[in-house]
Amino acid sequence: MRNIENYASEVQQELKERLDYDELMNCMRCGFCLPSCPTYTQTNKNEAASPRGRIALMKGVVDGVIEPDEDFEEQLNLCLGCRACEPVCPSGVKYGHLLEEARDVLEQKKKHKWPVKVMRHLVFEEFFPKKDRIRRLNNLLWLYQKSGVQKVVQKSKVLNVLPGNLANMESILPEIPAPKEMKNRPEHLDPFNVEAPKKRVAFFAGCLMDTMFMPTNDATVKLLQLAGCEVFIPPAQGCCGALHAHSGEKNGAKELAKQNIRAFEELDVDYIISNAGGCGAFLIDYDHLLKDDPEWYERAKAFVLKTKDISEVLVELDFHEKPLAVQPQVVTYQDSCHLRNVMRTSSAPRKLLKSIEGVTFKEMKDPDQCCGSAGVYNIVQQDMSMQILDSKMEKAKATQAQTIVTANPGCLLQMKLGIKREKMESNAKAVHIVDLLLEAYEGAASGEDNIREVAVTDS
Amino acid sequence: MLTSEVKKLLVQIVGQENYKDSNEMRLVYSYDATPTFQSLPDAVISPRNKEEIQKILQLCNEQQIPIVPRGSGTNLCAGTCPTQGGIVLLFTHMDKILEIDEENLTATVQPGVITLDLINAVEERGLFYPPDPSSMKISTIGGNINENSGGLRGLKYGVTRDYVLGLEAVLPNGNIIRTGGKLAKDVAGYDLTRLFVGSEGTLGVVTEVLLKLVPMPETKSTMLVLYEDIDAAARSVSKIISNRIIPTTLEFLDKPTLEVVEDFAKIGLPTHANAVLLIEQDGPPEIVSRDMEKIAMVCREEQALSVEMAATEEEADALRTARRSALSALARMKPTTILEDATVPRSKISEMVRAINEIAAKYDLNICTFGHAGDGNLHPTCLTDARNEEEMERVEHAFAEIFDKAIALGGTITGEHGVGEMKSPYLEWKLGKEGVEAMKAIKQAFDPNNIMNPGKMFAKDSRKRVLV
Ligand SMILES: Cc1cc2nc3c(=O)[nH]c(=O)nc-3n(C[C@H](O)[C@H](O)[C@H](O)COP(=O)(O)OP(=O)(O)OC[C@H]3O[C@@H](n4cnc5c(N)ncnc54)[C@H](O)[C@@H]3O)c2cc1C
Ligand code: SF4
Ligand code: SF4
Repeated sequence: MRNIENYASEVQQELKERLDYDELMNCMRCGFCLPSCPTYTQTNKNEAASPRGRIALMKGVVDGVIEPDEDFEEQLNLCLGCRACEPVCPSGVKYGHLLEEARDVLEQKKKHKWPVKVMRHLVFEEFFPKKDRIRRLNNLLWLYQKSGVQKVVQKSKVLNVLPGNLANMESILPEIPAPKEMKNRPEHLDPFNVEAPKKRVAFFAGCLMDTMFMPTNDATVKLLQLAGCEVFIPPAQGCCGALHAHSGEKNGAKELAKQNIRAFEELDVDYIISNAGGCGAFLIDYDHLLKDDPEWYERAKAFVLKTKDISEVLVELDFHEKPLAVQPQVVTYQDSCHLRNVMRTSSAPRKLLKSIEGVTFKEMKDPDQCCGSAGVYNIVQQDMSMQILDSKMEKAKATQAQTIVTANPGCLLQMKLGIKREKMESNAKAVHIVDLLLEAYEGAASGEDNIREVAVTDS
Repeated sequence: MLTSEVKKLLVQIVGQENYKDSNEMRLVYSYDATPTFQSLPDAVISPRNKEEIQKILQLCNEQQIPIVPRGSGTNLCAGTCPTQGGIVLLFTHMDKILEIDEENLTATVQPGVITLDLINAVEERGLFYPPDPSSMKISTIGGNINENSGGLRGLKYGVTRDYVLGLEAVLPNGNIIRTGGKLAKDVAGYDLTRLFVGSEGTLGVVTEVLLKLVPMPETKSTMLVLYEDIDAAARSVSKIISNRIIPTTLEFLDKPTLEVVEDFAKIGLPTHANAVLLIEQDGPPEIVSRDMEKIAMVCREEQALSVEMAATEEEADALRTARRSALSALARMKPTTILEDATVPRSKISEMVRAINEIAAKYDLNICTFGHAGDGNLHPTCLTDARNEEEMERVEHAFAEIFDKAIALGGTITGEHGVGEMKSPYLEWKLGKEGVEAMKAIKQAFDPNNIMNPGKMFAKDSRKRVLV
């Protein structure tokens, strides 16, 4: 039996060593972040579930006022990590960094029960760092969907025995690309329609994005080419490491960061492009992640300076001034928390959407509030996640949008789940912004062809 | 510690889900926005209605258990820090706007309503609730009333007190009283409404509030005036008012404050100026433009570097939001931010600004100043580190001297943040022994067992005043 007291004092000691005390003190407890925190508002204003409360709890443990008990841990787990508390904090408290460090300490110290441990080992050490394995799983999923097994399984309702959301999640998975489509991409692509490339960019493909959401990645590369970019896709890149860091596997995250920095730094590019808010936000945090390693810190800083979301670069290259058109529809945009709160990208996607002919853009109430997806949150913190999702869908519904646009795979799946829960499948869909943009570009192009044809026959 | 018997009774009153005494919950209700104060309560309770509050108060009165009513805990005087333990009372279930009466221009609300939610709700109907403390997006009406909070619009529209027509409160003995009403006039007995406003939770628990609303002003105009010379900015404030113009807003920010605010808000504030005034006027268009012209003239006469009008409402709003973030933004500079709230007659504002700067230099401290200059209410804010004991001592001396100066100029130790536990040792400086005695007698009459927010307002020992 593990000595509980011993465990508590070890955790306390470790937190004391690793949490940045100046950052804890930097919170002056003004409470300005409270109204932006989804878990605070969803718990009828429970201070413990607020950013100010969580910072106080961490400080309380470090100061030895309270012990790191189960409540403490649960409260940190209940946090979405959406970081909506950061841009609104006038004092500039880096809550995300505090949370990540605290979670890492707890994970390291926790003796996982064996099934969890084995599972974690598989996921974090065997699965995500290794692209071929992700593909293999992907292939299995593909087989599952295509072989008819999925239909049988769904009908039989055996999935209802899966814990909570997994069953739901299964039904909203995108159509998985066939193994033969999972070709290795070219490493280098030239821009379309321009003589000299306007920018040299490298594309960060991501792990989920490059498998389950492969068409979206294809669309991203195409948009970059259309916008006049020469695109590099270094094959040595890997997963961004966000999932590791947010689940207390910081060392694994560091290794992945180094792998990525190495893969990108040799290419002399203007930007490193991400199309998933969750990944991008972690990429631009590499300097913080590697801050204790002077050599890597400098290399990370150079990497961070180049990292940008696709929407920012498209706006910079005036993509929104190209002809873009879709069938008339009301569109609303659900911010990806990490894209907005960490990468601070929120106006570029809106500008792009508003520039599409046929789009009536309608902002929902609180588009900046998390949808409850938050990495694996919707699986491990089901109740809170669904509570947040339901309130999100109410606001989305109020816009009467036929299209809910997002900029991150997790959010996209969550929106699809929301649409399903609300039984709105017949009149609403969720899409990634790059897919809609490509559709709009191609739509306008074919529309123009039509017009040209009409003109030709007229004369 | 509460006995298990008391705990059982409390759970019976509010239900298990509304009674919390885990270490986690006790810790997160152990502080407010006041630096260096922290103390754990024994329990945290969220009553659902006034009847439950009545029972809780009766029980606590019998058992002599301290009660600390708490809104959002944003006060700056250690007003909700449970320094003597006991029960923290929350109003999270009592957060409804009960009525907006468009005929009598009143709103009836529960104490847990967030200030900004009320402001937005009445503005949707073309009405106006002026008190707008910088913390309004999270502060509660119950907190505003108990601190008598001011805001950016205070110069023209007054403070919370000027908008409270009546209230309902539960007294420590369990009696429920209702004061005031939807009346323009009412002289039936003592004005208990006013007594409860600013009472900092020391007399009873406010359970319902009747607020006055006014019509929404037709237009509003905003300008930013830059100065090389801080003194000139302060002189402009006095001069604008002596020219018989009462702007809605007349805020002052010095250079270091401007720099941190810009760092946060990134709206292109002029960080080269040594001081700025944020000035707003509202009302009928012709009057607004006439006043703004006159104000601009006064400022130019005082050697303003420039006078810029906000071009759009978005721009004006960005300026106001930036100003509201001043205190928290200053907190990014140093681990501890200690702010004061000295207030002087408007005509003395430039003298006070000068005195603050001299005192900062004398004690070798980094003090930034911003505030509601038009109200004579400044927030000298000391950037320091609570871990540095020697410096903390100098901070204390410096603030004592600032209080002293304010009182000498005919001012007060606190304009809007309240006395709480933090400034209680200085209360006598402002009121004199007799003044404090009179107030203690009132407290004794309402709360003979001293269960309501004990330790606040009245200190065990008054601080000795060292006259300089
Ligand atoms: C960044 C910042 C800016 C600020 N700006 C301003 C400003 O511009 N102007 C200003 O005046 N203040 C300002 N304040 C101070 C503070 O926000 C106000 O005092 C506000 O009114 C407090 O509201 P609250 O809901 O947080 O109350 P709390 O801090 O929770 O409580 C304040 C007091 O009210 C009592 N109380 C609360 N509810 C009840 C009730 N129902 N019955 C009895 N007693 C009750 C408490 O016991 C306590 O004494 C600022 C604070 C911060 C942190
Ligand atoms: S806004 Fe920042 S300083 Fe204020 S309570 Fe939240 S984290 Fe702390
Ligand atoms: S990260 Fe999100 S959920 Fe967590 S404290 Fe901040 S705002 Fe709340």
